Amino acid sequence: MTPFSYTRAGDAADAVRLGAFGGAKYLGGGTNLVDLLRETIERPSALVDVAGLPATIEEREDGSLLIGAATRNAALAEHRAVRSHYPVLARAILAGASAQIRNMATVGGNILQRTRCAYFYDDEGSRCNKRSPGQGCDALDGFNRIHAILGASADCVATHPSDMCVALAALDATVHLQGPAGTRRLKLTGLHRLPGTRPDLETALEPGELITAVELPALPAGARSTYRKVRDRASYAFALVSVAAVLEADSGTVREVRLALGGVAPKPWRARKAEDALRGGPATVQAFRAAAESELADAAPLRDNGFKVELAKRTITAVLGDLAGVAA
Amino acid sequence: MSILDNAKAAAQGAAQAVMKKAVELAPDAWVPGGKPDPLIRSKHGLIGAPISRIDGPLKVQGRAKFAAEFPLDGMVYAAVAFSTVPKGRIATLDTGAAEAAAGVVLVMTHRNAPRMNNMPLFMTAEKAAGGDNLPILQDDRIHWNGQPIAVVLAESQEQADHAKSLIGVTYAQEPAVTTLAGARAQGADIGMFQGQPLKTTVGDAEAALAAAPVAIDATYTTPRHNHNAIEPHAATIAWHGDELIVQDAAQAVSHMAWSLASVFGLDERQVRVTSPYVGGGFGAKTLWQHQVLGAAAARLAGRPVRIALSREGVFRIVGGRTLTEQRVAIGAEADGRFTSIIHTGTIVMTRHNAMPEPFILPTRGAYAADSFKLEVEAVYMDMLANTFMRAPGEAVGTFALECAVDELAARLGMDPIELRIRNEPAKDPIEGLPFSSRHIVEAWRAGAARFGWARRNPAPGAVRDGAWRVGMGCATATYPYYRMPGGAARMKLTKDGSVRVEVAAHEMGMGTATAQTQVAAERLGLSMAQVSFGYGDSIMPGVVLAGGSQQTASIGASVMAAHHALTVELLKLAGNDSPLAGLGADEVEGLDGGLAKRGEPDRHESYVSILARARRDALVVEAAAPPPLETQHWSMHSHGAMFCEARVNAMTGETRISRFLGSFDCGRILNPKTAASQFRGGIIMGLGLALMEETQFDERKGRVMNPSLAEYHIPVHMDVPEIDVIWTDIPDPHAPMGAHGIGEIGITGTGAAVANAVFNATGKRVRDLPLTLDKLM
Repeated sequence: MTPFSYTRAGDAADAVRLGAFGGAKYLGGGTNLVDLLRETIERPSALVDVAGLPATIEEREDGSLLIGAATRNAALAEHRAVRSHYPVLARAILAGASAQIRNMATVGGNILQRTRCAYFYDDEGSRCNKRSPGQGCDALDGFNRIHAILGASADCVATHPSDMCVALAALDATVHLQGPAGTRRLKLTGLHRLPGTRPDLETALEPGELITAVELPALPAGARSTYRKVRDRASYAFALVSVAAVLEADSGTVREVRLALGGVAPKPWRARKAEDALRGGPATVQAFRAAAESELADAAPLRDNGFKVELAKRTITAVLGDLAGVAA
Repeated sequence: MSILDNAKAAAQGAAQAVMKKAVELAPDAWVPGGKPDPLIRSKHGLIGAPISRIDGPLKVQGRAKFAAEFPLDGMVYAAVAFSTVPKGRIATLDTGAAEAAAGVVLVMTHRNAPRMNNMPLFMTAEKAAGGDNLPILQDDRIHWNGQPIAVVLAESQEQADHAKSLIGVTYAQEPAVTTLAGARAQGADIGMFQGQPLKTTVGDAEAALAAAPVAIDATYTTPRHNHNAIEPHAATIAWHGDELIVQDAAQAVSHMAWSLASVFGLDERQVRVTSPYVGGGFGAKTLWQHQVLGAAAARLAGRPVRIALSREGVFRIVGGRTLTEQRVAIGAEADGRFTSIIHTGTIVMTRHNAMPEPFILPTRGAYAADSFKLEVEAVYMDMLANTFMRAPGEAVGTFALECAVDELAARLGMDPIELRIRNEPAKDPIEGLPFSSRHIVEAWRAGAARFGWARRNPAPGAVRDGAWRVGMGCATATYPYYRMPGGAARMKLTKDGSVRVEVAAHEMGMGTATAQTQVAAERLGLSMAQVSFGYGDSIMPGVVLAGGSQQTASIGASVMAAHHALTVELLKLAGNDSPLAGLGADEVEGLDGGLAKRGEPDRHESYVSILARARRDALVVEAAAPPPLETQHWSMHSHGAMFCEARVNAMTGETRISRFLGSFDCGRILNPKTAASQFRGGIIMGLGLALMEETQFDERKGRVMNPSLAEYHIPVHMDVPEIDVIWTDIPDPHAPMGAHGIGEIGITGTGAAVANAVFNATGKRVRDLPLTLDKLM
């Protein structure tokens, strides 16, 4: 760990003022950043603790939900409105990490957590373009079982590890930001970048910009949602493949569908090809499978993760089948 | 395993064969263990009582001090920097920034480290404990990716860790062998273990296999595993002049003291190693480079040092279980009788250690067959020295052997339990010795009844429960009984009638302190409260390794010897005025706080009374255990029958274990509570071996890529079902207390029971561990 200063922000404006200095990082629950500090992968000169900022969950008249970015993951998953209206989100959060970590981790921090690629973590012994731009990528031909099959580049094949974000992507969440230049809003699906030739640039956040809240629009009445995470052990493991889905079907027809994948891409992967293929079509297992095929048509598997292509197809098909009440 | 046999071989060498011959000629009664321990007869006392562990309250209150929890005046904290290349020389090394960093007391590298001897390599001398025998910071050479290259001492751990990150180093790399293919290309040796080649031939097994009407011939692979005890390795180290005091996490305190003395050119008596509590050993809590580095840095800095490895540090410098590639072929008659057993294959090790994972050991005693061909070939890599890890040999050897038996049963159309029982040997199939105690058939029958084996559908892939395919599998568990030479114990009886027993033994969470207090109290005729059991200190008597599941027997034989000596002394003190007058030591027993004639409890005098009449405040005796001749006269093993119910998701291939039963035959169980915990712990570790444990060793540079519990998977609570354990509780008449060590047998057979259950569930035979979902989709 490299020495740093530590300051608690009183409010968002205070945080943004403190965070404007170069080398400052915002600290939420610390469940990822502190690990990265210990590994000297993150070496901020200053930590601005934003865990004391608003952690309220506001149920608004239009049926939407406004979630303070400092809300702990456990509190969000337990919230009555989340459990009843957004089961996909509650399930995604509860599928992640451990109870202890969920008690600490904040919503803002979860969104900004960094990849679990082993080569990214091996600061001293491995090459990584995300950590040290231009250095090369040891994961391309190394252990890449947990790596991306969609959206990766020749410079980086790491995945975004969050479960919560996959649900947020499927829920059309909007992220509220505050920075030196003022406030703005971004779709969650527009927050994370694909790596391209700059895998070190992971989000669309401007320097010093802070996530202050996450907004969930109301789901269509009659929509059902769920989350399925596939992993090697029963708990405390990152997703090999996960699927978040919102489905509104009526008389065997798909009215609305939103589908997002985790564990397969550098960002929470909104499966728009599959959605487009399904919307207005039949809610059948065959249609779900065909949609999954279309989404995975561009998959580019690596040495160790070829199984994810078929696994993603099967999981998408099964999750949509469950929501539609049609068995495989 | 054969930590014991190795120490024995080292100590006894060629004399062993002569002794063995003499033992064979001796009548049973002459042989230690030939006359059953009288405690075996005790039926209603402390032995077998489910007593809660006596160190439990201290541990849950955080008052039990572990190796990194001894604060010393003036103590500094150590951080270790590791190499990032597998082979070569340090080209440049810049420690300036680290030395200038806040709080830094010392940066030790090969340039300023004191001159030291290499560690004596485990198994090369009676008390050798070193994991490797390489120079430690004595030159600029790199031997593996992860080798320590510098130690920083600072006033706080954080300062030491930060300063370590400021060390600048470059390497002149040299070609390294870090791939299995590359290692093979360099040639193979027959593994040498216990001073003997790992090669056994009986008859012509290949010819018998070719002629067999039914046969299986398959290759099984198991990956590298790393040690992940709950307590990472740590030591608190101080010099007092030329005396070295090490508070360690150790499973071999006497070995450690001797070995550290050898490294620093000291007399063994100048080194004291204590280890009151250990958070799990499993074969890894021996001497690795960190204790030597800590002691060297402490000497150089003139300050006590706490060196606590990070989890990554344990992965980098403490060895684990090596990979294996095993061929198992079994030829059988149509009725299932084995005519041929072939178990051969390859393991990887280094030139600087001596541990060719002996996966053929379980096959030497499990089944009868007309012919055997067993062989372990070693190939060599430039990597961290591999080492002993819970049931080395047996844990992975039983995976291959017991999967093959299951495969053969399927080919024969026989029930796999009946096939095993059909091939039950009447005597040791290789050595020809009689078994001291073997009741595995009872264990199979009892386990099958309790598990509901009769409900198993033998057709693979036939049972489905919603999204899950369900199957049952079983496997034999087996582990040898060992007792190493060198056991000794001290007993001090004080005038209040209480007794202190001391043995340089270890409590690593197994329940040793509790069980041995029970045994000593029962032997002495005292209550638990009147007996204290001292352990974990190299100045205590005995050379007692907590390894090879041999500690229970070693302590038991040592305490028996000390108790005999105490009884002799007490009878002398009792003299002619005692009700015990005229009786010999073999005619009396401990009873009701004193001695009594066997079978005549009224002929009794209390310890308090004997000492009072003799005007003695205390009586101290020390005695050595007899040599472990029982293991040469009988084939001695623990046995078990493992039953698993696995559920495999038909869509994803995810495997979840829904039920597990271990039915054991391990002699007398001393404490059912701590024993059940050990059995379950072994089984849980076996579930990890079956389903998820795998060190990611990047062959491009010989580097471990998952040195963290987030990425190196071991079972979490949700992976572990309720585990049922039962046992025969039949005493082995040739073992102290009639008991066998039980620390390792739980992990044996478990991997195969899981794989066999998965086969029964899915019809897919996976011969490559771990059984991850991609292999079952």
